[in-house]
Amino acid sequence: MTQPTTDKRTHVPPPPRGSLWYNQRFRNVLYQGLAVVFLIALGAFLISNVLTNLEERSIRTGFDFLEREAGFRIGESLIEYNARNSYGRAYLVGIINTLRVALVGIVLTTLIGILLGIARLSPNWLIVKLAAVYIETLRNIPLLLQLFFWYALVTGILPPVRQAIALLPGVYLSKSGLMFPAIVPHPSHPYVLGAFALGGLLAWGAARRAKRHLERTGQRRSALLPGLGCTIGLPLVVWLISGAPTALDVPTFTRFTFAGGNNITPEFLALLLGLTTYTAAFIAENVRGGIQAVPWGQTEAASSLGLRRSTALRLVILPQALRIIIPPTTSQYLNLVKNSSLAVAIGYPDLVSITNTSLNQTGQAIECIAIMMAVYLSISLTISLIMNRYNNYVALVER
Amino acid sequence: MRRHSVSQTGSSSPPATASRPPVVSIGLLGWLHRNLFSSRFNALLTVLALLLLYMALPPLIHWLAIDAVWGAAEPSVCHAAHGACWAMIHEKYRLILFGRYPYAEQWRPMLGLVLLAGLIGLSCNRNFWRLWLFDVWIGGLAVWFVLMWGGWFGLAFVPNHLWGGLPLTLILTLIGLAVAFPVSIFLALGRRSTLPVIRLICIVYIELIRGVPLISLLFMASFMLPLFLPTGVNFDEVLRAQVAIIMFSSAYLAEAIRGGLQAMPQGQYEAAHALGLTYWQTQRKIILPQVLKISIPAIVNIFIGLFKDTSLVAIVSLSDLLLSMRQAIADIAWRRYFVEGYLFIALIYFCICFFMSKYSQYLENQLETGQRR
Repeated sequence: MTQPTTDKRTHVPPPPRGSLWYNQRFRNVLYQGLAVVFLIALGAFLISNVLTNLEERSIRTGFDFLEREAGFRIGESLIEYNARNSYGRAYLVGIINTLRVALVGIVLTTLIGILLGIARLSPNWLIVKLAAVYIETLRNIPLLLQLFFWYALVTGILPPVRQAIALLPGVYLSKSGLMFPAIVPHPSHPYVLGAFALGGLLAWGAARRAKRHLERTGQRRSALLPGLGCTIGLPLVVWLISGAPTALDVPTFTRFTFAGGNNITPEFLALLLGLTTYTAAFIAENVRGGIQAVPWGQTEAASSLGLRRSTALRLVILPQALRIIIPPTTSQYLNLVKNSSLAVAIGYPDLVSITNTSLNQTGQAIECIAIMMAVYLSISLTISLIMNRYNNYVALVER
Repeated sequence: MRRHSVSQTGSSSPPATASRPPVVSIGLLGWLHRNLFSSRFNALLTVLALLLLYMALPPLIHWLAIDAVWGAAEPSVCHAAHGACWAMIHEKYRLILFGRYPYAEQWRPMLGLVLLAGLIGLSCNRNFWRLWLFDVWIGGLAVWFVLMWGGWFGLAFVPNHLWGGLPLTLILTLIGLAVAFPVSIFLALGRRSTLPVIRLICIVYIELIRGVPLISLLFMASFMLPLFLPTGVNFDEVLRAQVAIIMFSSAYLAEAIRGGLQAMPQGQYEAAHALGLTYWQTQRKIILPQVLKISIPAIVNIFIGLFKDTSLVAIVSLSDLLLSMRQAIADIAWRRYFVEGYLFIALIYFCICFFMSKYSQYLENQLETGQRR
């Protein structure tokens, strides 16, 4: 760049020969070098501050606290846990609780969201308006407020456990949550599950064969019946062979509370309600936008090709709509996972709540918060990885 | 997705005998037929929806208005009534709106609210999008802080841990956006830079912040920030939460601005280059003015999201609108009327967010004209 002529690109008069200052490549290296030096200096400054502060307050460092006894109880846990377990175990409980509410939430919110999105496009004026009122109301009120509201409603309005409402025989709703019968474990259950998985695989194979047959010969062959037979029939047969165990552990009222059965705590119930109804409003808008973005001409073209309405929807409209719907819906799923952290406000023992307790007990703020952030980051990255894969798959269908 | 009628005759002469359209396709009856009873399934849906409304609406209206207790009243009056207890709001609205701000001084946050509302209202008018609007905002915010803190002009000093309610919620959002905005421009430019190290730093920052929940950043700010600062330097709680909100919103704003940057045609850069402009001149004079204009709707949406998200500071015990409401219903005498309290602040949040989202839609329509081909 140091020719004696005027630089053609920038019209800058020629710099003195050998001047590094006007060398673009040198400048690039310099700027980046400065940025790195600045970051390292900032990091060193912060770390030295942290070290002096920790020493002053005599706080321990390192992750060995994870093996120490936690000493606090956790309201609900899917795995075995008691106060004498380690902090590491407590964290595991928190992570599982977060994942549990996130997974159930994502499935439910997708269903409600799609339903609402379709309702927004219904030819029925009343349904459109009702869906619009729902969406606008829930979208414009903070989620935390809604969570507090649901929790206050569940614990404040529902009757105490003595006067629990019986929704169905064996299903009770009260201040202390939703109680429903549990299936008593039986040695045959793993086999039934296995049969279900095998049946699903077979049904998938049958559907593939039917599709190939259709593509080769043009003849339609229904894969519905064999598919249903495989997924429902096979587990049923296994269940019948093993003696059809029907034992249910029904919750029954003892002196003060219910015994037996499964219990969904009011915290989980309120969190799930809040998260799903809130996120569904956003997903509904994505669904509506996606379907509306497919030009009407596509529908007309499909019907002039002689496709039936349902076939046109499945083969022409949805593949194109999905390409538009999926990216924003992915970020809604990510939002749902991140928003599940608000559980701490209503006392559901999720990851944030466990972090909060451990942090207050050990004082090791940096380690505790680092673990929490790392877990959320990995969940976020995993979801976006999976959804990107799916997005690529859907995008390829068109081309 | 609407089907348009294409059966228009091109002939100019009217038909000899103009017969009226069938009665079920015009007027109210026609509208009902088209919109509510167009098919058997639709008719069923309509009937179900009407049934639902019939079951839900009358009791709701009774509870909300007819049987409700309005104006000042004792809790015992509410206890006897069957409807909502708006007397609770009447009793507590100052606590809900202004938190623990000294009672006698609460005209100051009230005036501050009016000031902020005026500033926002002014900024909503596109005719005022000039450079002087920045000066107006800086002046307005300065007046606002003097009003809230006091210490001058004979106003009593009020430390920020006593601030609360709606003014706190609003100012956390506004300052969060205002400070994050310039940062986010650099982040967005950095993310699209050709310098690999700069790009990497920006990507890591943005993705890190966007990958974790805001609550973890608030925790970080309230528990870790004191450890990161040199001994002796200390932030108060409000400022700590503000730092977390700034970090959070800068990452999201940067992505909104990056969206605008990606929409810029390559020709703009080439034209600037041909004129001999340097990188910063190109950005400042050519690219950013256009980018900021097309990203304004996205920025307004982030504003709405941030306004709702500031309610999370309630978890780290800042008495914003949400927490001061919870403090209001902590009063034993009124605690059973929590639904009314939640509805009240939900209405405040809803009005502001709904207005902003409608404004954002309006802007999208207005600003699109320049880009339309």
